[in-house]
Amino acid sequence: MANLIGQSIKRVEDKRFLTGKGKYVDDMVLPNMTWAVMVRADVAHANINSINTEEVSQAPGVVAVFTGADMQADGINGVPCGWQVDFKNGDTMKEPSHPSLAVDKVRYVGDAVAVVIAETREQAADAAELLAVDYEELPAVVDATKATQDGAPQLFDDIPNNVSFDWELGDKAAADAGIENAAHVTTIQFRNQRLICNAIEPRAAIGDYDDSREHYTLYTTSQNPHVIRLLMCAFVMGIPEHKVRIVSPDVGGGFGSKIPHYAEEVIVTWASRRIGRPVKWTAQRSESFVSDTHGRDHTTKAEMGFDKDGKIMALRVKTHANMGAYLSTFGPCVPTYLHGTLLQGLYTTPAIHVDMTAVFTNTVPVDALRGAGRPEATYLLERLLDKAALELGEDPAELRRKSLIPPFDGSEAEPGYETQVALVYDSGNYEAALDKALALVDYPALRKQQQEARQQGRHIGIGLSTFIEACGIAPSAVVGSLGARAGLFESASVRVQPTGKVSVFVGSHSHGQGHDTTFAQLVGDQLGIPMDDIEIIHGDTDKVPFGMGTYGSRSLAVGGVAITKSVDKIKEKGALIAAHLLEASAEDLEYAEGKWTVQGTDKSIGFADVALTAYVPHNYPEGLEPGLEFSSFYDPVNFTFPFGAHIAVVEVDTETGVVKLVRYGACDDFGNVVNPMIVEGQVHGGVTHGIGQALLEGAIYDDDGQLVNGSFMDYAMPRADDLPRFETDRTVTPCPHNPLGAKGAGEAGTIAATPAVVNAVIDALWPLGVRHLEMPLTPQRVWQAIQSANGN
Amino acid sequence: MAIPISLTVNGTKHEHEVEPRLLLVHFLRDVLRLTGTHVGCDTSSCGSCTVVVNGNAVKSCTMLAVQADGAEITTVEGLATDGELDPIQAGFKEKHGLQCGFCTPGMIMTAWQILERNPNPTDDEIRHGLEGNYCRCTGYDNIVKSIRHAADNR
Repeated sequence: MANLIGQSIKRVEDKRFLTGKGKYVDDMVLPNMTWAVMVRADVAHANINSINTEEVSQAPGVVAVFTGADMQADGINGVPCGWQVDFKNGDTMKEPSHPSLAVDKVRYVGDAVAVVIAETREQAADAAELLAVDYEELPAVVDATKATQDGAPQLFDDIPNNVSFDWELGDKAAADAGIENAAHVTTIQFRNQRLICNAIEPRAAIGDYDDSREHYTLYTTSQNPHVIRLLMCAFVMGIPEHKVRIVSPDVGGGFGSKIPHYAEEVIVTWASRRIGRPVKWTAQRSESFVSDTHGRDHTTKAEMGFDKDGKIMALRVKTHANMGAYLSTFGPCVPTYLHGTLLQGLYTTPAIHVDMTAVFTNTVPVDALRGAGRPEATYLLERLLDKAALELGEDPAELRRKSLIPPFDGSEAEPGYETQVALVYDSGNYEAALDKALALVDYPALRKQQQEARQQGRHIGIGLSTFIEACGIAPSAVVGSLGARAGLFESASVRVQPTGKVSVFVGSHSHGQGHDTTFAQLVGDQLGIPMDDIEIIHGDTDKVPFGMGTYGSRSLAVGGVAITKSVDKIKEKGALIAAHLLEASAEDLEYAEGKWTVQGTDKSIGFADVALTAYVPHNYPEGLEPGLEFSSFYDPVNFTFPFGAHIAVVEVDTETGVVKLVRYGACDDFGNVVNPMIVEGQVHGGVTHGIGQALLEGAIYDDDGQLVNGSFMDYAMPRADDLPRFETDRTVTPCPHNPLGAKGAGEAGTIAATPAVVNAVIDALWPLGVRHLEMPLTPQRVWQAIQSANGN
Repeated sequence: MAIPISLTVNGTKHEHEVEPRLLLVHFLRDVLRLTGTHVGCDTSSCGSCTVVVNGNAVKSCTMLAVQADGAEITTVEGLATDGELDPIQAGFKEKHGLQCGFCTPGMIMTAWQILERNPNPTDDEIRHGLEGNYCRCTGYDNIVKSIRHAADNR
């Protein structure tokens, strides 16, 4: 049906989830299946003297025990890194191999040293307790800045000071001069703390090797099954891709932690071949904490210079990025090309320089976490602006306004905005979004309420943040030149069945995003047929031709365009068939409402009739192939750049340090939107994730490298009663370089919310003398900051 | 040592011999193959495994199967009748109260408990009732609206 785009259509995938019929990896049981339990290092840094598997092998139900030596003997390589960043001096980054099972040394708590496979989950778990590993413990280092100091524990003998690479972007001389000559300089020094994604579905994997076909199937909780297939086949196991099928069925949330290629995927696939039976592994939550990739963990100093009128003159940033013990799949691009390149924000800052050092420590490897790099960039920018406003006694909205980039639509007359940090923004109307956000919460009234509350001794704070993000990841040639070892196009195949029903095979992967609905809306709108006639298929490399998966808010802006290209080809070929049947010329036909009509006549033929003719080609154009099915690849010409402004209102209890989030308003611009209900849901979830970082979340390692808060009882995340109702609005500035005008919506909330909330708390406490707070803003930290500001 | 248990799940009587350490959630998932009830953690914190046992919402990872001997249990699979969603399920669909769907069965069973105790709860009461359930996708706002919608249509 036409006019499906822009409608809040209820989700077609909901029924299976609401009735308990969703199919997640852990729900699957294969005939003759065995259970794997990983034995993981409980020390952060140690040489492995020996592993004694004898007792384990004899435990009841045990089928096999494997160690790193077994995998090495079979020629299995470590899991690779998919992004290369070179040192400033041109040297290649240090990229130590990460064996699926540790061989000589363990480098973080959670590093797997052996796999125990048994008839039942309980037998495997019982037997795993019996594995004896003799460790020679070594000193550990968990902090990135400490790890670079001379004399710090070395993770790898050949990597001095634990530096994987250093990197810079922007004009150092200009930034130095801008700071030097500024009328006012605001400085912040802080930790963007380590977070854990904690998708509620723990990771799981089942390997199933079919000896008769020499064929592997891997069921895995991945956001990008084709990427896993490519990495596992080509770099790890050396097995042919056409002999490997990877299925990622329903996946219970990802947030970045299900992008990387993980050791467990290799282990169950390889072990299934070794024992000739399916092997299943499902993470316990406590295991997820030490084996899912973590996020963030930057230690940063940032300075922003302003001229006498309060306009931004320069930005200078120095960051240590903690990479964990090894480089995860996309680890190196997060603190560099997803962080440094976003430091322009929405502002005209004429001089920017970022200097970054990526460091190995005895911690879980770090990779993408909702927003990935962009939240870190936005946090420092927006903290600087709010702090500057407070220092200068200016309104934070008005201070921002002075430096906002003027509107541009990306047309020839108003071309894209070239930043100081290597990007060209596609289109933007930043002040409009800021104004709408301010109106949404009635900002002037809020400031008045704040004043009144202060007179009553109550501490209300209002925090702003604007943001921009690079989404629609990504133009392959561009990311290739920046170190990506893959293309980042997307693919989709549209198969019209003989009866006119349509199967759409997409390389994007839905793990909560609602693709079954959004993509069906897209195709239904474009073909003018009911959504009920369309099925979206994803997550199976044997069904979907290819795909780079879902992350970086790319599914609609890249995957949706690949679908559109295939639909266009369907319509083009359909017109040839229709023209033949209507005895007209294809150029004289127009397509609307699911039928081809000879313009200016009532002669028409419907989509289903043309489809049937394509498969029963008795009366058919000469020389035209039968069938109606097309695949397309779409490689975007640029990133997309969603933006917006968010406002948080908090009240702080100065007696206890408890922060209550009272209101939250968000105005986002995602370009054109297919399903506003789904997009709003993405904003809610994203904002909640960002609030979590501001107020609750943070992985804590002790000096020995133990993750102190490695469970849901210890690692706090937002619960329903921590949050207010969200107030949302949108502006619409279409993306000029893709036919859908879409920019992507998945990460925005997370990027904007963290600084908005922290700014609000500082705003509340500024009159008390509080100038800085480290995240998360726990009651203890807030209370202590108030006390020390009081001189206690 | 296997222990015989007899219990009713979604109206069907089951008799099995189970290991004493078998958790109720694993009994439901692995023995009865009712995989709508999910395991999201190992500390009884996330609520994904919530089912109704003798009229009370229970985290089924916190109960042994043998303790459910003689119990009447409802799981998410037992709510819809003749393919028709019950009002709570319908509320979640109507108000977009789910994204990835993993926490959803636990949310729905908890919502059932909230509404059984108080058919017309305030938003704050709903949020308080959801305090034992984690959702990482929705930010809870639409879950609250879903339960509100269910309350109005139940």
